[in-house]
Amino acid sequence: MTSSASHPTPTPRLSLRDLGAEAVASLVARPVRTALTIVGTVLGVGALVATLGIASTAGGQIVGQLDVLNATKVTVQGRPDPSGGLLTTIPWDAEARLLRLNGVEGAGTLTRIDVAGALARSVPIRDPLRQSEFAIDLYAASTGLFDAVEATLQTGRFFDIGHDRRGDPVALLGPGAARRLNINRVDIQPVIFVGDTPLTVIGILDGVGRNHVLLDAIVIPDGTARRLYGLAAPNIVIIRTALGAAQLVGAQAPVALAPDNPHGLIVAVPPEATAVRAAVQSDVDALFLVLGTVALLIGAVGIANVTLVSVLERVGEIGLRRAVGATRWHVAMQFLAESAVMGLAGGILGSSIGTLVVVGVAATRRWTPVMDFTVPLAGPALGAVVGLIAGAYPSWRAARLDPIEALRTGP
Amino acid sequence: MMTPIVELEGVKRRYPGPPPVEAVRDATFTIRSGDYVAVVGPSGSGKSTLLNIIGCLDRPSSGRYRFAGHDVGQLPDRELAGLRGRNIGFVFQAFHLIPHRTAEENVEVGLLYNRTPRARRRNLARAALQRVGLGHRIGFLPLHLSGGEQQRVAIARAIAAQPSLLICDEPTGNLDSRTSESILELFDNLRSDGLTIVVATHDPAVTAHAERVVEVTDGVCAATP
Repeated sequence: MTSSASHPTPTPRLSLRDLGAEAVASLVARPVRTALTIVGTVLGVGALVATLGIASTAGGQIVGQLDVLNATKVTVQGRPDPSGGLLTTIPWDAEARLLRLNGVEGAGTLTRIDVAGALARSVPIRDPLRQSEFAIDLYAASTGLFDAVEATLQTGRFFDIGHDRRGDPVALLGPGAARRLNINRVDIQPVIFVGDTPLTVIGILDGVGRNHVLLDAIVIPDGTARRLYGLAAPNIVIIRTALGAAQLVGAQAPVALAPDNPHGLIVAVPPEATAVRAAVQSDVDALFLVLGTVALLIGAVGIANVTLVSVLERVGEIGLRRAVGATRWHVAMQFLAESAVMGLAGGILGSSIGTLVVVGVAATRRWTPVMDFTVPLAGPALGAVVGLIAGAYPSWRAARLDPIEALRTGP
Repeated sequence: MMTPIVELEGVKRRYPGPPPVEAVRDATFTIRSGDYVAVVGPSGSGKSTLLNIIGCLDRPSSGRYRFAGHDVGQLPDRELAGLRGRNIGFVFQAFHLIPHRTAEENVEVGLLYNRTPRARRRNLARAALQRVGLGHRIGFLPLHLSGGEQQRVAIARAIAAQPSLLICDEPTGNLDSRTSESILELFDNLRSDGLTIVVATHDPAVTAHAERVVEVTDGVCAATP
C-alpha cells in the first residue's frame, strides 16, 4: 500500500479549536501564574477604557443647573424640500415612538395652526366700545407635550388622550392669552371663539420650562386640530431627554420617527458643554491615557517574560510534541495562542473593570454614563493584540528548538 | 515479500563541530515488520543518534534511509513530522509526560497532530490506556502515578495512533527491576499484536527479550540477522 513516494502520509494538522483547547489547558494548569501575568494587561486596558468612558461621560454633562433645560431639549422637524414642502413629515404617533428610546423622558408634538387671520374672543358678541378680539396664536399639541416642555397649571387640567381621540373642542390658555381674554377660572367652563369656532377652556397654564410661545397661546389637542382645521401632520417634536443623553437621542430620534428617510428631518440638539469637556480632556485624558499605555506596555512585557519562562520550562514537552508529529509551526502557534489568550482574558477583564469604573464615577456624580459601545469591545481586541505581540519572540524561540536536543535536555 | 519497515544503507551522521564528530559511521541493516530489535552499546557509542534517525527525528548526513519505502533524506520537515505522527511511536527514559494534564489527556497529545477527529481521540486514548493496564488511572495526573505507571502512560501515548514502529530509548532506565520486567512483558504482548519494536538499552534483561540485536561500537553497527 505504498502511496506516492513524495507524499507518504497526510501532513500534520492542528485545528483552531484544538489549538485553543491546548492553550487554555496549559494556562488553566497554572492558574495563579496566569492570573498574575495578565494583571498588567487588565490594568492597562482598564485604565484606557475608564479614561475614554469618563471623558465622554463628562463631555455629556453640564455645569450649571441653568443649562439643564436647554441641555436636555431636542427638537425634530421636517426638512423643507426645494419645492416648498417637506421631505419627511412627522408621524402622529411620534410621541409613542420616541418614548421607547433610552434617555427620552418626555416627548410631544407642537404645530402652529394657520387660522387665516381669525381673531380670538371670549364673548360671542362684538362690542364696538372696547377691544374684545385679539390675534392670539393657536397651537395644536399632543398630550405628552406638556410634560416635554415642563408646563405647570395655574388652574384646571391638561387635555388628555380622550379629548385628543374624540377631537373635543377644548383648549388650554397660556397665562398671557388668558389675561387678554379676561378668563381666570375654568370651573364655569368658559367658552372662547377663534373666528367662529367655539372652544371650551379647561385649563390655564402657569408657566413652561421651555417653548415660551405657549405662554401667550391657545393650545388645542392634535385630534381637534385635525377635525376642525384639517391638520395634515405635526410640525415639530419636542423631546425632553435625560441629562447627558441629548446627543444620543438626537442621533436616534430621526431613525425612530422616519426609518425610511431619517435624513428628511432636521434635529436640533444642544451644543455639547465644550468647556467642561476640554478641561476634562486636558487634565484626565492625557494623564490616564499615558498611564494606561504604560500599564499595557508593562503587561506586554509581563506576558512575554512569562511565556519565555514557560518555553524554557517546557522544553521536554516541546520535544515530545515534535516527536508525536507537531511541526515547528504548530509549536509556535501553541505559544502564540497561549499569550494571545492571556491578552484576551486581560482585555476582557480590563474592559469590564473600566466600564464599571465609568458607571461608578457617573453614579457618584449623578451623571449619565455615556460611552461609545466600541470602546469596551475594542478592549479585549487590544488585549489579544498585545498578547500576540508579546508572544512573538517566545514562540519563535520555541519553534527554533531542535527536537532531539529538546528531548535530551528537557525535564 | 513485504517491503522492510526500516532499510539503512551506509548511513552516516556527522555533527559539524568543532570538533566534528561522526556519531554514526556506518549503519547498514534492515528491520522487518514484526521484528523486536535491541540496540546495545556503551554510552556515547551512537545508539541515540541511530535511534533518532530510525525514528525520523533526524536525517542521515550521507547514505540512504528508507522508512516503509519512503526515502527519509528526501522528505521535507512537514512530511517527516506527518510520518512520525502516524507511523512511529516514541517511548523515552524520562517519560516526557506533560505535568498538570491527566493520563488520558497525555495520551491524547499523541493523536493531536495526525488528523484524528476529536471524539475518536478520546476513544483511542482510553483503549490505549486499557491496553497498557491503566484503565483505572484515566483521570490521574502524572504526579499521582508511580514510575512504572508513568512509563505505561507514555507507552499508551506511543501506541494510541496505532503506529507501525515503536522506538524506545532506555525505556527501563529509570525503573526498578520488577517494574522493568512488567514493562518488558507489555512489550512482548504488543509485539505479539504485530508491532515492530526497536529498543536502545544498557539492560541485559531487555536484550534478553529481543530477538535481534544491533551492536553499536564507536558508531559502527553490527546487526544479528
